Amino acid sequence: MKISPLDRVLLLVTGILAAYQVAVGIDGFDALPIVAYTIAFGVLLVAGLLLIIWGFEVLDSPAVVIVSTIIPLTLSLGLVWQYASFGTSYLVFAIAGFLAVTLTRSIPTPGKIPTIVLAITHGIAGMTIFLLPIILSVQGKTQPLFSLVGVGGALIGIGGLMLSFLKAGKPILSRETILKILPGLLLLMTACFVAGFKFG
Amino acid sequence: MTTSAQSSIVNRKSKIGIYWSLTKPLQSGLLLATGLAGYMSARCPIFNMGTILGLTVSLFLAIAGSTVLNMWWDRDIDAKMGRTQKRATSSGAVDENEVLRVGLILSIIGVGIAVAMDALYGLLVFAGLFFDVVVYSIWLKRRTAWSIVWGGISGAMPILAGRALGLGFIDWIGVTLALGILFWIPTHTLTFSMKFEKDYAAACVPTFPSTYGLGFTRATIAVSSVLAALAMVVAGYGIGMDWGFLRLLGVLSAGLLMLAVAITFKPSERVNFGLFKYASVYMLAAMILVVIEVM
Repeated sequence: MKISPLDRVLLLVTGILAAYQVAVGIDGFDALPIVAYTIAFGVLLVAGLLLIIWGFEVLDSPAVVIVSTIIPLTLSLGLVWQYASFGTSYLVFAIAGFLAVTLTRSIPTPGKIPTIVLAITHGIAGMTIFLLPIILSVQGKTQPLFSLVGVGGALIGIGGLMLSFLKAGKPILSRETILKILPGLLLLMTACFVAGFKFG
Repeated sequence: MTTSAQSSIVNRKSKIGIYWSLTKPLQSGLLLATGLAGYMSARCPIFNMGTILGLTVSLFLAIAGSTVLNMWWDRDIDAKMGRTQKRATSSGAVDENEVLRVGLILSIIGVGIAVAMDALYGLLVFAGLFFDVVVYSIWLKRRTAWSIVWGGISGAMPILAGRALGLGFIDWIGVTLALGILFWIPTHTLTFSMKFEKDYAAACVPTFPSTYGLGFTRATIAVSSVLAALAMVVAGYGIGMDWGFLRLLGVLSAGLLMLAVAITFKPSERVNFGLFKYASVYMLAAMILVVIEVM
């Protein structure tokens, strides 16, 4: 499916929002969250630019699974390091999860191990991004609008699930439908993250 | 209005269109953007509209003039290459003497305004034009694949000239910014020469792929991308770029490096094209960052 001019515009705006977040939106945080968020939004920015340049065919690359793991892992790492008490343990999980996904996708691995590793890593990271901001804002530890980061987490989870099932050959929606809504979903997700960090 | 008057207007309009395309507006615009960014990076009073206007007009005319002169000189080899044989200069759509006159007039006015604004600035703009037309196109392009280095030096002149205009002298940051452009240009042109290798061979123009092979060309692209990214980050630091903007420049540079690695270890036409496009986006984004940072 060819990428349309509207898709390119949506991806460009997504890239600009991600660039804003890297340059301005994370100032004043501790060193590790800054590094983690820079990687997360940086990957989003570069991925958006490459989608604009190459079109949706780039999603067929096996590297997409590995690269798309970086975003939820680093985002959740930044959140946990900032707001939870188990930052170091989560850092170990994030590194181990990334290495496990990379290894099981790079070397021949038997059975369903690659899928299980991917599901566990994405599942934990995704639930962390979704739940932690909402819990924090409900408890009054952050501003109510910080829950938008959780909404962004839910959207990234939906996008990740759709792409994962598609790549596994068991699509929830048709490839055309997924690709049609993907740029809008990415923009909405990024906007939620940026707004959540800004106003939360 | 008579039919002959109408046809004269149509002819004039189409001629303006032809000459506009001969100036390669996108490429000239990008080089102009580097010149403006170089000027603003000096943190001089950027809203001096007279200087901004003079810089814009002089640089654009000089760059456009040198591009037109290049096309005039290369019209014979352009006619042999599929990619360029439809250019007005190689297809005969315009009179070659007229093209030469237009190129010279644009160049003289551009350099003239630059010299009138500031002697050092004018000298650098002239140097860019001289390296591009005389050294690169006339002297070296048909002799050696290394001509692109001189083309690169020429391409690096607008940013150095812009900064020199803002400061009144040449400093290490200006030179580093210029190095950033110099190392970025092979990423752009070598990728192009790989894509159109047969075209260049048909026109007997030596290129890196035809002289040293694809492997060496890809390695050169990778190394020059790394050096371009490094130079831009160092220059950004030297300008006093805010930490957040440096982070963003680092992210964009990482994308460039990733593609450089990809082109070295997993080369393909698609990766070549991606790097070619990304390199343009990278440089435009870097220039925008310099401008936003200063504003």
